[in-house]
Amino acid sequence: MREISYAEAVRECLRQQMQADDKVFMIGEDVGLYGGAFGVSVGLIAEFGEDKIMDTPISEQGIVGIAIGASLLGMRPVVEMMFSDFTMLPLEQIANQAGKMRYMFGGKAKVPIVIRTPGGGGIGIAAQHSQSIEALFLHFPGLKVVMPSTPYDVKGLLASSIKDDNPVMFFEHKLLYPTRADVPEEPYLIPLGKADIKREGSDITVVATSFMVQKSLKVAEKLSGEGISVEVVDPRTIKPLDIGLIAGSVKKTGRALLVEEACYTGGFTCYLASEIAKHCFDFLDAPVLRVTGLDCPIPYEHNLENAVIPDEARIEKGIKEVLG
Amino acid sequence: MDKINRGVLENLLKTMLKIRNFELAVEKNFQLGHIYGTAHLAIGQEATAAGSIAAIKENDLITSTHRGHGHCIAKGADLKLMMAEIFGRSTGYCKGKGGSMHIADISAGNLGANGIVAGSAGIATGAALAAKKLGSGQIVICFLGDGALNEGIWHEAANMASIWRLPIIYLCENNQYGMGMPIKKATNLDKLSDRAKGYNIEGLTIDGNDVLTVYETVSKISADVRAGKGPVLLEAITYRIRGHSLRDAQRYRPEGEAKKWLTDYCPIERFKKYLIKAGYITQPEIDNITMKVNEEIDAAVKFALESPFLDVSKVAEDIYA
Ligand SMILES: Cc1ncc(C[n+]2csc(CCOP(=O)(O)OP(=O)(O)O)c2C)c(N)n1
Ligand SMILES: [Mg+2]
Repeated sequence: MREISYAEAVRECLRQQMQADDKVFMIGEDVGLYGGAFGVSVGLIAEFGEDKIMDTPISEQGIVGIAIGASLLGMRPVVEMMFSDFTMLPLEQIANQAGKMRYMFGGKAKVPIVIRTPGGGGIGIAAQHSQSIEALFLHFPGLKVVMPSTPYDVKGLLASSIKDDNPVMFFEHKLLYPTRADVPEEPYLIPLGKADIKREGSDITVVATSFMVQKSLKVAEKLSGEGISVEVVDPRTIKPLDIGLIAGSVKKTGRALLVEEACYTGGFTCYLASEIAKHCFDFLDAPVLRVTGLDCPIPYEHNLENAVIPDEARIEKGIKEVLG
Repeated sequence: MDKINRGVLENLLKTMLKIRNFELAVEKNFQLGHIYGTAHLAIGQEATAAGSIAAIKENDLITSTHRGHGHCIAKGADLKLMMAEIFGRSTGYCKGKGGSMHIADISAGNLGANGIVAGSAGIATGAALAAKKLGSGQIVICFLGDGALNEGIWHEAANMASIWRLPIIYLCENNQYGMGMPIKKATNLDKLSDRAKGYNIEGLTIDGNDVLTVYETVSKISADVRAGKGPVLLEAITYRIRGHSLRDAQRYRPEGEAKKWLTDYCPIERFKKYLIKAGYITQPEIDNITMKVNEEIDAAVKFALESPFLDVSKVAEDIYA
């Protein structure tokens, strides 16, 4: 094994999946020579050519619609939406067409598309390029929603998403792209719908998504020095949700803090909290609390941005509040 | 041409110099680490903003793009408030909440830059609808990049502007790339202004690096638009000298292309040469204008640097009216 970055892990997965299956291709804005806004696909056009790495005009609704149509004939398009905020332009095609098609057609259609897109803030590009909007897609039957937090997970989960016969929303994170870890060179799959314990602990379960997993792990490490044992659980796919593993952890620790970057109102953890209440009520020693972004667009200026997005101090405070 | 007086010419030059040197200051301060985030520079494209906005009335309206500093400056923005915004300070146009991509000055008729490509196409058209309904006599310039004309919303808005004969100019600044995508690969058109035919509106293509051509064209068509003859799609051919944003490896364009545009077609140098040759202005006068412009920009940088950041306790203010 060797250490590679999250962005490199995505690229390696794309390369391997395109090599293995002629039906897989990439489509999106500036995925070719530019290499994508975050450099994820740099070099792939030289390797695979313009038929497989398709640069498009700036036409998000068209891009997704075309991917859906191609998938009905058995192609496996991997769409790159440059920023997750832009998935709001083709939302109709994603939610109303891709998500509902199989059901509406009586189970007779397959829509194997993946929409990869970086979410989250942290790089000073303000409200229209920084929101975390994954929860929006939980509300549409027929879609799967994936949020990998490590280089290892992103490679295996993307491979499974590409092989999946359903539309998958695949949320990467801008701040995760440069993070590095050991990743096997050979292709492997991580099944969708399987959570992962990122750190074992006994006093409290912190369930976190995407970049918040990394922040929570730092806090857990720090608190271990104070004798507090934090278990960090990453759902990895927020739909389908592995409530079994999450509930098992909460039953063990008796306490839960839920951490996400998205706005407070209507975030994924609202739903998760109700599932934990349902599955773990008799085991809870304290109310389930949430640490989330504020109900506020992401501001431009650095300190303001940091005030909206949960930081390690807020996560630590949340943990201590749940511990009482 | 005879009708243009010296004051107008001097102002066109001054506006272009302001835009160029303002953006050079933004670039420099980014490199110095004073600016966090990013910005999109319109260096080499100054003539489109300066020429078109000089040709409309002060109470007319504009919508801008992610590459909007020039539009904003030409519309008369206060450089101090602009620079402070880009530096993220509380004294900036948006209190540091918006940054370069979201500068707006509603009361001065600038309905906002936009982080979403073509995000302003509907908004500008709606402003034109309101101007018509209110009988205010105002017209709207909707600035768009070449890439933006491939977004569905522009097509929907242009069609409605056509059927309702709205007072709007869609000014497409064709700088030949949308990020790394050459416009020739993104459309099958020789001229983007041919898109106008599909909506039965007037379409024109001009040299966008010749500020006088821009000024004269917009002077003429704005009179028609104001008179109720319906919308116009004006394509101004220009070139983006810098990268797409302050972080762009520029793998996608031939080396030397940008340099050639700067040396051979720079709108500012071209205009200076013309003014001197035609005897409108002397080099010492140009130097004097440049000096004044630079003083204003230096003062703006100083103001931005000395301004405070917004207190974080105010971060969630301004969400609702
Ligand atoms: C809806 C949407 N899609 C994609 C982007 C990313 N993006 C920002 S600017 C840009 C290129 C725009 O090209 P053009 O309209 O020609 O304007 P230019 O940058 O050349 O001034 C792209 C793709 C965006 N901001 N919004
Ligand atoms: Mg362009």
